Amino acid sequence: MLKLDKLVKTYKTGDQALKAVDIEIPKGQVLALIGPSGAGKSTLIRCINRLVEPTSGQVYLNDVELTCLSTSALRRERRRMGMIFQEYALIERLTVMENVLSGRLGYVGFWRSFLRKFPQSDVDEAYRLLDRVGLAEMADKRADELSGGQRQRVGICRALIQNPALLLVDEPTASLDPKTSRQIMRLICELCQERNLAAIINIHDVALAQMFVQRVVGLRFGAVQFDGPPENLTPEVLTMIYGEEDWEATIEKIEDEDEEDLL
Amino acid sequence: MSLDNFNVQTKLGQPWKRPPFIQKKLLRWTIIFGIIAYLIAAYLSVDVNWSRVYEGLERGKKFVLAFTNPDFTSRSSDIWSGMIESIIMTVTSSVVGIGISIPIALGAARNVAPLPIYLICRGIIAISRALQEIIVAILLVAIFGFGPLAGFLTLSFATIGFLSKLLAEDIESMDKVQAEAIKASGAKWTQWINYGVQPQVMPRLIGLSIYRVDINFRESAILGLVGAGGIGATLNTAFDRYEYDTAAAILLIIIGIVMALEYISGIVRARVQ
Repeated sequence: MLKLDKLVKTYKTGDQALKAVDIEIPKGQVLALIGPSGAGKSTLIRCINRLVEPTSGQVYLNDVELTCLSTSALRRERRRMGMIFQEYALIERLTVMENVLSGRLGYVGFWRSFLRKFPQSDVDEAYRLLDRVGLAEMADKRADELSGGQRQRVGICRALIQNPALLLVDEPTASLDPKTSRQIMRLICELCQERNLAAIINIHDVALAQMFVQRVVGLRFGAVQFDGPPENLTPEVLTMIYGEEDWEATIEKIEDEDEEDLL
Repeated sequence: MSLDNFNVQTKLGQPWKRPPFIQKKLLRWTIIFGIIAYLIAAYLSVDVNWSRVYEGLERGKKFVLAFTNPDFTSRSSDIWSGMIESIIMTVTSSVVGIGISIPIALGAARNVAPLPIYLICRGIIAISRALQEIIVAILLVAIFGFGPLAGFLTLSFATIGFLSKLLAEDIESMDKVQAEAIKASGAKWTQWINYGVQPQVMPRLIGLSIYRVDINFRESAILGLVGAGGIGATLNTAFDRYEYDTAAAILLIIIGIVMALEYISGIVRARVQ
């Protein structure tokens, strides 16, 4: 479904953020991308939707090669890639509804979006998604009135209303407390399953990644160091990805304690 | 994790001082003494003619005393028509100036516009800022003749330099990630501006616009002095006739209106946050 072929990104400063990364993701697979800060995780997912221009290599989404697309063709393909951000990246002064509907910008013309006259089907879908994440009654609130967990759920709705084939998720839980982090990760993974979406999730929290995903890729200095199921993340593997440290506590099996459903 | 040649023992018991901004001692003191010496020389070079000041005090006193007895009535129709003209100049030039400023501000923000457009827009701003209002007004009065048209054009032109520059700086310092999120959804450039940029800079735009209305009104009082219409023309005439009581009345009205605008802008800015 998504295929990265020898993807290289060298920044103007000469830093090699990605060194010929090859990854292939089948439809519906949720993949966690782990690695130390500066390993190139963020660069990797931004190279896929070209918020960062890759230096060389190819990215195939289904059968479309993304790295050589013109601006307008790129816009069309971006609609099929939903993105979820670390600091939520909601437009703070717009309402929750406007934020969700902004995911449809690739589908509607300028004047419709300018006048906020989105097609009824988009508005209905926005309400359905907000209801799915438990925020339907917040639709008219301004985004900056929400808590961190609520904002991230709005961010998820904004990505999903694009009707994407792929989710690019950049540190979704980095600014959230441990409990909310789990709820958000669970929600993302559930939604991917419901909609048969592939996803790449950048994540710092190895234990959290192990709880929810089917596949883990470890990145170090812009190169893939590990690719396999989460059970294979042994202390040796983590040392290979992150460097020497006592890993026993990190990969301890976490009992799945009962949590209340999403508020 | 300390450096090899760093021994913490030599630092213990020593007071700690913030490292100076200029490391070289000689250079630092040369600059400090140079500035002090220049300031002393500069102040000494300002001549004060004390006998002239003594004579002038009498005139100044008359002027100030006129404020205790301002004359709103004897020239009321002149004051009224001048005021209306000033307000018209203020409103029209603000609307036109702000309208032109917004696209120029977008062009002058490096994170929004490509380099050639950026340079052109920055050039327009630089020209508008370099030419002081009075100079522009004198030129435009020469072209269009006396009257409010020259004033209106002058203020519109000055608004562009002021508003575009400050708005462009706000656009450049906006939160990049919010705008990135809109781009990632496949939005067109215009939609990206409308959703990703505009909400972030709107409070600043409104605040600056009100402030500019305030400035334009005050400037409209000055521009009359060079013949560009408005209350300034009335004020100038009053001074020429030594009618300090009428001049005082005009100045009091200007102060009142500026204070009212200040008050309104405070309320509006608090609302749009």
